[in-house]
Amino acid sequence: MTSELDIFVGNTTLIDEDVYRLWLDGYSVSDAVALRVRSGILEQTGATAAVLQSDTMDHYRTFHMLERLLHAPPKLLHQLIFQIPPSRQALLIERYYAFDEAFVREVLGKKLSKGTKKDLDDISTKTGITLKSCRRQFDNFKRVFKVVEEMRGSLVDNIQQHFLLSDRLARDYAAIVFFANNRFETGKKKLQYLSFGDFAFCAELMIQNWTLGAVGEAPTDPDSQVDDMDMDLDKEFLQDLKELKVLVADKDLLDLHKSLVCTALRGKLGVFSEMEANFKNLSRGLVNVAAKLTHTKDVRDLFVDLVEKFIEPCRSDHWPLNDVRLFLNQYSASVHSLDGFRHQALWDRYMGTLRGCLLRLYHD
Amino acid sequence: MPGKLKVKIVAGRHLPVMDRASDLTDAFVEVKFGNTTFKTDVCLKSLNPQWNSEWFKFEVDDEDLQDEPLQITVLDHDTYSANDAIGKVYIDIDPLLYSEAATVISGWFPIYDTIHGIRGEINVVVKVDLFNDLNRFRQSSCGVKFFCTTSIPKCYRAVIIHGFVEELVVNEDPEYQWIDRIRTPRASNEARQRLISLMSGELQRKIGLKVLEMRGNAVVGYLQCFDLEGESGLVVRAIGTACTLDKLSSPAAFLPACNSPSKEMKESPLVHPPSHGCRSTHNSPIHTATGSRLTQNFSVSVPTLIYTGMGSGSAGKEGGPFKALLRQQTQSALEQREFPFFTLTAFPPGFLVHVGGVVSARSVKLLDRIHNPDEPETRDAWWAEIRQEIKSHAKALGCHAVVGYSESTSICEEVCILSASGTAAVLNPRFLQDGTVEGCLEQRLEENLPAGCGFCHIPYDELNMPFPAHLTHCYNCRKQKVPDVLFTTIDLPVDATVIGKGCLIQARLCRLKKKAQAEANATAISNLLPFMEYEVHTQLMNKLKLKGMNALFGLRIQISVGENMLMGLASATGVYLAALPTPGGIQIAGKTPNDGSYEQHISHMQKKINDTIAKNKELYEINPPEMSEEIIGSPIPEPRQRSRLLRSQSESSDEVAELDLSHGKKDAFVLEIDDTDAMEDVHSLLTDVPPPSGFYSCNTEIMPGINNWTSEIQMFTSVRVIRLSSLNLTNQALNKNFNDLCENLLKSLYFKLRSMIPCCLCHVNFTVSLPEDELIQVTVTAVAITFDKNQALQTAKTHAEKSLQRASTDNEELLQFPLELCSDSLPSHPFPPAKEHLESASSNSGIPAAQRATSVDYSSFADRCSSWIELIKLKAQTIRRGSIKTTVTVEKASPVGEGNFRNRSSPPCANSTVGVVKMTPLSFIPGAKITKYLGIINMFFIRETTSLREEGGVSGFLHAFIAEVFAMVRAHVAALGGNAVVSYIMKQCVFMENPNKNQAQCLINVSGDAVVFVRESELEVVSTQQPTANCQPACAGGEVTT
Repeated sequence: MTSELDIFVGNTTLIDEDVYRLWLDGYSVSDAVALRVRSGILEQTGATAAVLQSDTMDHYRTFHMLERLLHAPPKLLHQLIFQIPPSRQALLIERYYAFDEAFVREVLGKKLSKGTKKDLDDISTKTGITLKSCRRQFDNFKRVFKVVEEMRGSLVDNIQQHFLLSDRLARDYAAIVFFANNRFETGKKKLQYLSFGDFAFCAELMIQNWTLGAVGEAPTDPDSQVDDMDMDLDKEFLQDLKELKVLVADKDLLDLHKSLVCTALRGKLGVFSEMEANFKNLSRGLVNVAAKLTHTKDVRDLFVDLVEKFIEPCRSDHWPLNDVRLFLNQYSASVHSLDGFRHQALWDRYMGTLRGCLLRLYHD
Repeated sequence: MPGKLKVKIVAGRHLPVMDRASDLTDAFVEVKFGNTTFKTDVCLKSLNPQWNSEWFKFEVDDEDLQDEPLQITVLDHDTYSANDAIGKVYIDIDPLLYSEAATVISGWFPIYDTIHGIRGEINVVVKVDLFNDLNRFRQSSCGVKFFCTTSIPKCYRAVIIHGFVEELVVNEDPEYQWIDRIRTPRASNEARQRLISLMSGELQRKIGLKVLEMRGNAVVGYLQCFDLEGESGLVVRAIGTACTLDKLSSPAAFLPACNSPSKEMKESPLVHPPSHGCRSTHNSPIHTATGSRLTQNFSVSVPTLIYTGMGSGSAGKEGGPFKALLRQQTQSALEQREFPFFTLTAFPPGFLVHVGGVVSARSVKLLDRIHNPDEPETRDAWWAEIRQEIKSHAKALGCHAVVGYSESTSICEEVCILSASGTAAVLNPRFLQDGTVEGCLEQRLEENLPAGCGFCHIPYDELNMPFPAHLTHCYNCRKQKVPDVLFTTIDLPVDATVIGKGCLIQARLCRLKKKAQAEANATAISNLLPFMEYEVHTQLMNKLKLKGMNALFGLRIQISVGENMLMGLASATGVYLAALPTPGGIQIAGKTPNDGSYEQHISHMQKKINDTIAKNKELYEINPPEMSEEIIGSPIPEPRQRSRLLRSQSESSDEVAELDLSHGKKDAFVLEIDDTDAMEDVHSLLTDVPPPSGFYSCNTEIMPGINNWTSEIQMFTSVRVIRLSSLNLTNQALNKNFNDLCENLLKSLYFKLRSMIPCCLCHVNFTVSLPEDELIQVTVTAVAITFDKNQALQTAKTHAEKSLQRASTDNEELLQFPLELCSDSLPSHPFPPAKEHLESASSNSGIPAAQRATSVDYSSFADRCSSWIELIKLKAQTIRRGSIKTTVTVEKASPVGEGNFRNRSSPPCANSTVGVVKMTPLSFIPGAKITKYLGIINMFFIRETTSLREEGGVSGFLHAFIAEVFAMVRAHVAALGGNAVVSYIMKQCVFMENPNKNQAQCLINVSGDAVVFVRESELEVVSTQQPTANCQPACAGGEVTT
């Protein structure tokens, strides 16, 4: 006696959260059954393995049919085939678009192309996440990217509107899309200590301050404007950043800046002497990063540069986080007192964001 | 020219990509009704086209309105080649044809293609303007309401229950026509869908005509079935119960006004006499045709009944049967009818007087091509024969009617088994006659029949019993005789006194048969049938005893025929009726009592059985009050174990009752273990595992002993197909496989629905079929309902009900005068005197019921007066309206639906979610009141694939298809303005596969009643706002629910 066909269809589509998780995690039916057996469900319910097998198959089939709809979540809301309560719909979408920290760290800032997709095998072996799950997550990134790429308006809003994600998840996707678009390098060994949260935090600040949308320049002439206001960095702004070079190139200005900072921080900093000794190096580092951002390649290396030029020197001198904060505050504020410096607004736009990023990135 | 159909195509969404180059679609729509077709403009390059068409108007006869479906085809425009069809929507416009149902159909319909399934949705608005047709000889029957529900629908009151209506139409199956060889599968499927849609429309119209002829206005318990006879054609047949219904405006429904048995009943000789037990007959099919009317190669032996002389010999009375009879002669109302059958399974209180037992008849036929589709007389004759048999069985049980009646077929190649079954009963004639109300008013409640046991009392003569049975005095009233076990096909009467809870009981059986052709095959089958029936009954009885129960309700025995086997599946809900004696245990006897170890084995088995019975009693809370026999004072002559219950009677013209299968010859519940077969039986008895704790199951509407339902329901369909290994097919192995299949299926259901505990699976409906040689298919549809464990509200319910009923009678008397005042709409008035009256009565038929119902609600006379004033005002308004307009358009007759429509269309757009539509096989929705019936849903779909593997194999294919069918049912209900389908049933699910060719095909037929319901909690708010909510409950309902 073999079972040829075995289905269960409810008027309200039954969703088993545990099985959904196993499915999302990319387990095959037999693996999922084995995992469920191990969870002790048979003892709790008095069911047999055959029942579990049939139940798992049913759920997998349902999820498989739902997957097409999950690719465009508004469709899930409008479709008529599966009657699912709104709260369950939200759960399905949110879980489907959720991703693994380990996975996102691997692909963050990489081009979401076929080439990267080929590397998923390696990522799967490296992270222990099943290839199926890697593919889903990768495809999610790519899909969101494709949809919002050409759109105007707030990146987070666009994502939320088209994928019906929670605010938190939509922000994460905005970061992923932003990183993928600008191809920031995040995979270097030096950057391994950083979490996705760190990068997402920086991305949000950069989107808020460094992109075209950030300036609030409403597209007066729609054709002249670049479409993706939130995704591309403001080219004009990057060009202008060259002007900051004067802060380190002009010896007097650099000295004056240093003395202003040192005066203000004397006695307040535990690592004052180290700061005093390193000031010029640090300042040069920060300003040079800014000046180089005109080149796409250097934009990509932004985080590598920040870590190399600022985080690592400070860390090697064992600066406490609070000292870093005091220093960066003073460092940016003091520029306003430099009479010869004319690019105050530009400096604030640059340093405001950079200060936030550096403080977030400064940890072990 | 009595009708104008108006259709507007609004928009489409989620259309499939038809042009690969642009990834877009150039869609347009063809709207077809009858032979007229309209087209919309082409909406270029869009997957979400907005057509916003003009109103397409079709001017049609109402006959066509009833027969034809509206066909909407969405196509992709192609400049250079033929336009590609995207898919179709069939809309049955019948619900628009009677004033109380929907007034507009408007909403998103899934676009369905038989090859690709659902491909996007289309927004359509449909309206009908009906002109009054005064032609008495018309062929249409617009206005007759149809209900699948097998009880009086919740917001109606039965004035008269007229009786059985049946009809069948036949046609050639398009799939077997020569043209099918050259056309595409899609064209063939669509031809079939269209034909069946047309045929069911025609069938419904014809049934409607019969109802009008009987002066009824509705069909309740409408059951329509398809017989796919293959080469020999396609039969669509339907049965139902014609009624005259009155709309109750107040949701507090009192179905009948009076519920006591009439004096006439008491005097009638049929009040006391008959039985429980089952009788069944089989026709052996093998004789050459004798009658000239039998044009085909089949023949039937006339069943020889032993029990003649009991009936009055009125069988088969022909002629225009339904003249108004004002004489109150008990039986006359029933004898007048050719077939005193009722498809109802639940009745207004007082309707059912006594229940005799299950009657069933089967007959094996050889199919032959239907030569003249216009005169389907052979099929008619087949059914007439079976019904005659049922009727005579009922008579033998001392009953003049059959309730819970149903018919079914099982077809394999050219052999067809026709089955009919029902419950023989004695009915209160009051509901069956015209002039009911007058009679009613004269009557008083009589207490001669105690509630809760009356229906158990035997209807037959104790001294002239139709079969050996074991009678005792009723354990409840101690006056009348009752049988020791009662089998019925109906639902448990609401007033029945039940101890403990009920449970689902199934008997499952397989029998191998040799492959054979034509007559030989039919003979083999008919020879097997009696044995199967006997064994099924034995199993049922044993399992019932094992559960410690004494009655079965909702019994449904299905015998399916396959190439090389027969399957029998009986499902019923076992209960312990307080009126019936405590069932005895099961005793096992060995044949070779000398063998020591054998003896030991037997005693071991006996112990196991006794333990199980004890355990079950505990599980189902069966602890009847201890009543010693002395107290009852009944002469119980023998130990209780000795019971004789079933008598399965097989007759053929050759050997009259030679084959006596009755248990009567032995002591029924001594199981003799004399061979391995019997051993198997005992084992199989013990293998049925009770449901896990927190779960109950039954196949009736409600579970006895539970009535604190919560509103959480989950309807589902589960299908399983197993392949038997062809090697060692023995009856035992088959039985085991089949048993395991059913048990595993149930276990799976319990597991899947575990989050709903405590919960009861209600209306569990198993169907079994044998699609191919070694395949067994089991389909289950049921609804899981959670209940509140902590509350038990069972007590004193019947008392309350009773006093209310009495109140209603009293009120009725008081209202006699006002009722006469407005005699134009008095439901009892047999002949509305003038046309105007007809008109106003049809458009306002809700009013009198409203009066009645509200009057019950108000306890003081003053209140009643004020409500009366309101009503008279209302009536005045409606009459005025009627006199101005000569045509009563459906729209104006009930503004209610309009309101519904408005409410419905706006919110979904606003929050962009799809409204929830509940589906349930029950006739009610727990925790809610049904405020409006919108018409029946009767849909037939075919799905075919040539890429089975790609669609996830057979399971993926069928899973998707069933989900799509649900979706289409929900969409149609939502478009009618409803939010639920009740009495939902999947009547057919025919699945065929050919894995080698990567192909599969499935046909599904579903039906149900579209309704609007309002949650009880919300209803209270509404009713306080509108104390005289006479004409607007549905409207208010719409507001709340949408």
